[in-house]
Amino acid sequence: MQMYDLPDARGHFGPYGGVFVAETLTRALEELREAYERARKDPEFQAEFQYELKHYVGRPSPIYHAKRLSEKYGGAQIYIKREDLNHTGAHKINNTIGQAMLARSMNKPRVIAETGAGMHGVAAATVAARYGMECVVYMGTEDVKRQSANVYRMKLLGAKVVPVESGSKTLKDALNEAMRDWVTNVENTFYIIGTVAGPHPYPMMVRDFQSVIGEECLRQMPELAGRQPDAVIACVGGGSNAMGIFYPYIPMEQVRLIGVEAAGEGLATGRHAASLCAGKPGVLHGNRTYLLQDANGQIRDTHSISAGLDYPGVGPEHAWLKDSGRAEYVAATDDEALKAFHELCRCEGIIPALESAHAVAHAMKIAPGMPREAILLVNLSGRGDKDMHTVAERSGIRF
Amino acid sequence: MSRIQARFEALRKNGRKGLIPYITAGDPHPSLTVPLMRALVEAGADILELGVPFSDPMADGPVIQRSGERALKHGVGLADVLGMVGEFRKQDPDTPVVLMGYANPIEAMGIETFVAGAKAAQVDGVIVVDYPPEECAQFAALAKEQGIDPIFLLAPTSTDLRIEQVARAGSGYLYYVSLRGVTGAASLDLADVAAHIPGIRAATKLPIGVGFGIRDAESARRVAQTADAVVIGSRVIQEIEAAGAEHAVARVKELLRPIRAALDT
Repeated sequence: MQMYDLPDARGHFGPYGGVFVAETLTRALEELREAYERARKDPEFQAEFQYELKHYVGRPSPIYHAKRLSEKYGGAQIYIKREDLNHTGAHKINNTIGQAMLARSMNKPRVIAETGAGMHGVAAATVAARYGMECVVYMGTEDVKRQSANVYRMKLLGAKVVPVESGSKTLKDALNEAMRDWVTNVENTFYIIGTVAGPHPYPMMVRDFQSVIGEECLRQMPELAGRQPDAVIACVGGGSNAMGIFYPYIPMEQVRLIGVEAAGEGLATGRHAASLCAGKPGVLHGNRTYLLQDANGQIRDTHSISAGLDYPGVGPEHAWLKDSGRAEYVAATDDEALKAFHELCRCEGIIPALESAHAVAHAMKIAPGMPREAILLVNLSGRGDKDMHTVAERSGIRF
Repeated sequence: MSRIQARFEALRKNGRKGLIPYITAGDPHPSLTVPLMRALVEAGADILELGVPFSDPMADGPVIQRSGERALKHGVGLADVLGMVGEFRKQDPDTPVVLMGYANPIEAMGIETFVAGAKAAQVDGVIVVDYPPEECAQFAALAKEQGIDPIFLLAPTSTDLRIEQVARAGSGYLYYVSLRGVTGAASLDLADVAAHIPGIRAATKLPIGVGFGIRDAESARRVAQTADAVVIGSRVIQEIEAAGAEHAVARVKELLRPIRAALDT
C-alpha cells in the first residue's frame, strides 16, 4: 500500500471531508488549524498529553482475551480492547483531554460540546472541571430523556446542559446548536467536537488524539497473542473509536478493518443509522461524507437503540476508507447488539456500552466461520452502566 | 448584463440603496410564497432572497429554523422552490431572485441539474451558506456560465486576504454578515459595519449587501449609510409567523414600507 498521508492540506480524504462552513467560522477554523499544527510539533504539548493519558485516564487500557465467549462461538479468538476501563468509562476522554489542552493554549476559557449518549458530554465536562473551564453541553431532548443519569453526571461536574428542541431532538440537532453557539461566541469559546466529523481539522485532530488506542494495540497484540490480529472490529456512529483503533493499522494490509454501524430495526425497515451501508454522499456539519437523506437532500431521522450511534452522518475518513476498499462496513441490528450485550455480561463479566455491543455482535457473527487460530480484536469503546435503563426497559423491567 | 447587476446600476444612478428581504419558500404555506414575493416587491423590495428549506440549517437562528420546519412539513423541496420562482417570473420579469440555502439539497439534486433548473426558472443568484469558495469552484463556474451569480458571505472575522479571495470568486453582490452569530440575533454592531465596509470596498467593485441583525427602519437606514443594500430576513419571517397565513401578505407590506421610506430619505 502507498504511504497513507490523508487528509490533504484542506482536510480532504479523496472527495470527502473539507471545510463546508459559513464564512463566520472560517477564521476560527484557521486559528484552530494553526494552533493544532503548533501543538502537533510541540514536544511539551505531546509530553503533557501522554502524561494525562497515563495518570488521569489510566492508560494504557488492557487487551483482554475473551476466552469463554470465543469458546462458546467456536471459532476465532476474540480479543477485547478495554476502552471501557478508561476514566469516565469510554474512549471519548482521550480526545477531550487533547482538545481541552488546545483550548487552554488558545486562551479560550469556555468550552462547548454536543453529545448523544452523553459519554462525550461527560468527558468534556470532566476535562473542563480538570482544567477549570466553563462548559456548556448541547443535548437533544430525546437523548436527555433516555440518558438522564449522564445528564446528572455532567451537572455534577459543573457543566451546563442545554436541551435542544429543534429538528429530531437528537445528536445531529445538538451539533447544529453547538455550531450556532460557537459562531456567536467564537472569541472566547472552543468547540470540543466528540467525533471524527465536522469541518477540517476536526476529523484529523480527533483521529490523532484517538489513535492512541490503535498504537497501544500494535504493541499489546504481539505481547499477548504473539502477532497482530486478522481483523479489527469497531462500532461506527460518527466513528471516533473506530478511527482511533483503525488508523495505525491502515498500512498493515493483512489486517482487515471492519466498522459496524447501527442497523436499528433492520436496514430494510429504514429505521436505522447506517450511513455508510445505506446512505449516499452529501454535505452536513462542515464536511462531505455519506449521509442518510431523502430524495430532496433533507437529512433523515435515524434510529438506534444506542444513542451514541444515532447519527445520520459519519466521519469523512471512514467514507474514504469505504470507497478505497481498505475498510469494510457492516451493520448490526438492535436485537443483535442486545444479544451481544447479554452474552458479554454472562460469559465474561463485562457490561459493554450498547454502542460497543454492535462491534461484539459482529465478532460473534463471523467468529464461528473462522479457524480457531484466527484472531479478532474488538474495540470495546465504552462500558454499559449508562444503558441500564434502556436494557431493562427492553426486558420489561422497571426499577 | 445580469438582472442583479442591472438593478444595482439603476439604484446607483438614482442615488438609492437596495432593499433585499428574505423569506423561506413554502412558509407558511407553499401557495403563499409567490403572493408574498409579489407583496415584497410592491412594498419596495429591489431583490428577493428566497430561502430553500433544509433540515439542518446550521447558520440560522430559531426564527428561520422554525420557518424552514414549517415549509418542510409541507414537503417543500428544491424542485418545488424552482417551480415557485418560475411562477413568480411569469408575473414579474424584472425583480432579481436569489436562492439562499445549504449545499446538501443542491448536491442531492446534482449540481448540473440544479443549475439548469435554476436557469430555466430564471433564478439570478445563489447563496449557498456552507459552500465557501474553495469548496465549490466547479459549482460556481457552472452557475456563472449560465448567468447565475454565485454570491458569497463575508464576516467581521474575515481577513483582508480572505476578503480578496471571496471577492474574486463571487459575482452579483457580496453579502456582509454584520454580526458574530446566527441569523436573527438581537444586536447589530453599527460601528463594526462602518469599520469593515471600507476594507471590502478596497478589495472589490461588487456591491455590498449587509444582513444579519437588521430589524427596523432605523437600523436599515444607518446600515445603508455605508452599504449598497440591506438584507432583512428574520424580522420578515417573524412578521409572517405572527400574522399567520391569512394576514401574512398584508403584514409584510406594512413591515417593509417604512423601511423602504427610511432608505429613500
